[in-house]
Amino acid sequence: MSFVPQNFEIGTPVSPVSAMIALKGVSKVYPATRTSASVTALDAVDLTIGTGEIFGVIGRSGAGKSTLIRTINGLETPTGGSVVVDGVEITRLAARPLREARRGIGMIFQHFNLLSSRTAYQNVALPLELAGLSAAEIRARVEPMLDLVGLADKRDRFPVELSGGQKQRVGIARALATRPKVLLSDEATSALDPETTRSILALLKQVNRDLGVTIVLITHEMAVVREICDRVGVIEAGRIIEQGKVFDVATRPRTETARSFLAELNGAALSPSLVARLRQDPCGTCRTVFRLTFSGPLADDPIITRLARHLDTDVAILSARVEEIAGRPFGTMIVTIDNAHGASGAAEGFLRSAGIETEKLGHVA
Amino acid sequence: MSPDLLALIGRSALDTLYMVTIAFALGTAFGAPLGIFLATSGKGELFAAPVANRILGVIVNATRSTPFIILLVAIIPLTRLIVGTSIGTTAAIVPLTIAAAPFIARIVEAAVREVDHGLIEATLAMGATPLQVVRKVLVPEALPGIALGLTLTIVSLIANSAMVGAVGGGGLGDLGIRYGYQRFMPEVMAAVVVVLIVLVQVVQSAGEALARRVNKRIRRA
Ligand SMILES: Nc1ncnc2c1ncn2[C@@H]1O[C@H](COP(=O)(O)OP(=O)(O)OP(=O)(O)O)[C@@H](O)[C@H]1O
Ligand SMILES: [Mg+2]
Repeated sequence: MSFVPQNFEIGTPVSPVSAMIALKGVSKVYPATRTSASVTALDAVDLTIGTGEIFGVIGRSGAGKSTLIRTINGLETPTGGSVVVDGVEITRLAARPLREARRGIGMIFQHFNLLSSRTAYQNVALPLELAGLSAAEIRARVEPMLDLVGLADKRDRFPVELSGGQKQRVGIARALATRPKVLLSDEATSALDPETTRSILALLKQVNRDLGVTIVLITHEMAVVREICDRVGVIEAGRIIEQGKVFDVATRPRTETARSFLAELNGAALSPSLVARLRQDPCGTCRTVFRLTFSGPLADDPIITRLARHLDTDVAILSARVEEIAGRPFGTMIVTIDNAHGASGAAEGFLRSAGIETEKLGHVA
Repeated sequence: MSPDLLALIGRSALDTLYMVTIAFALGTAFGAPLGIFLATSGKGELFAAPVANRILGVIVNATRSTPFIILLVAIIPLTRLIVGTSIGTTAAIVPLTIAAAPFIARIVEAAVREVDHGLIEATLAMGATPLQVVRKVLVPEALPGIALGLTLTIVSLIANSAMVGAVGGGGLGDLGIRYGYQRFMPEVMAAVVVVLIVLVQVVQSAGEALARRVNKRIRRA
């Protein structure tokens, strides 16, 4: 039997099989330089991502998203903690086994990072060349990949001859050519228009479903998370401050950051002029402002009409939006209710008992 | 112009081509890897070796800042060691090479540094070794810049080769000095200049055409 050092072993189960990726207490501190203080890009991050999941990480610029995703394939070495992918502790691998492990982790990028000197076909072939496959084996893998991403007819085009969306498709085909179990996406749609973004996200979803690839997706757009993620983590200043099922985070955000991402997304966000007029305390002629959040089948309920009838008062809708999150209808509405005779208190009770999440935002004159 | 003179010009042109070609080939053989190393051995880079990087950088700069006519004479002992003699056309290849290699190194370094760092990252993320990154990414992606730079090198080699008459080397420059200047035959001088101009023009056009060919970054109709 040949001697294999502990950290050379591939496939040693370190965590339950259901977890494809497990980060434990991962920290990354960039040391101070002559011109800048040290930066804590990641601060004791714990994260478990299940096999076959699409996990989103959302955060503002500089929150540590890229640093986080790059620890998963060892492009970034954490200063503390451990990263385990498919049972292999990435953080303990020597150079050679790390290269092996990376073949099982595809990655796509905001700026595609295609080689300008290679055609679409040759770009997809690159990881296979690196792995030492023969030309015949490479052809047998690249062509189905180009078919999968819908670019069979562009196989001999150079990146300069492709649109952004097409380039990202090549990027996806390239990332999947080695048949990885994990796909990392660092802002892969940030350079694309909404239409193209949707088609790329649909492709990722398809890849996830058909190939069973676990996807970790980084973004600063809630719309992206909502479109395809199963779960989401909100990162701020190097910490995961909130995580859970997309539907739960999107409908009941617990942190201000998550709320602000949702506000950007929701048509029912407060307009700046309303925010300026909003006051904490009621006044004689004030109307009370509520944010109503209703989900599931309720979204079809003519609740406002029922409310007005029930209270015999008028209800004004300032903004409203019904949309779909993770396949379920979800609505938010900003309404104002005449507060004469304490109607707003009664309204709150009525709405709550109807199963609608009701948040009193304040009062406007 | 007499047939004898024409034959002389022809022979000198061949001498120039001989010196320039060999010095260019050798200069590239040494200079290109050196350039790649310089471009990838800084702190935190692919082959991080900051000390070696600094030392080689200083040597390259020193060689590049020495005027060729001085280099030519200064390295005579080395030339004698390598070629067996320090005089003649073949011997002149040694100083020409030594001047060309650092020039090429800097040109290759600059072209390689132009390659988007994202490509290096993407390739490493695929599980590439550093050498694979050089072979599969850095060199092919830097090729248009390298091609233009090497064209520049050949032109400057042609210029340098005109000075090797100082150590008994032949070639067009030597002919121009000996006949055109010392024997006062302005028509020889003029002919030499014309041949040199044509030579440089041909090299420049060929180099640019090659650079265009390998450049896939430009969309063509
Ligand atoms: N090599 C580095 N050296 C020093 N600091 C760094 C380095 N890389 C990143 N940082 C810092 O770490 C923090 C997190 O950076 P990171 O790139 O992970 O952010 P991000 O969330 O991906 O941002 P963006 O949305 O702008 O891409 C930032 O404050 C950044 O300045
Ligand atoms: Mg980033």
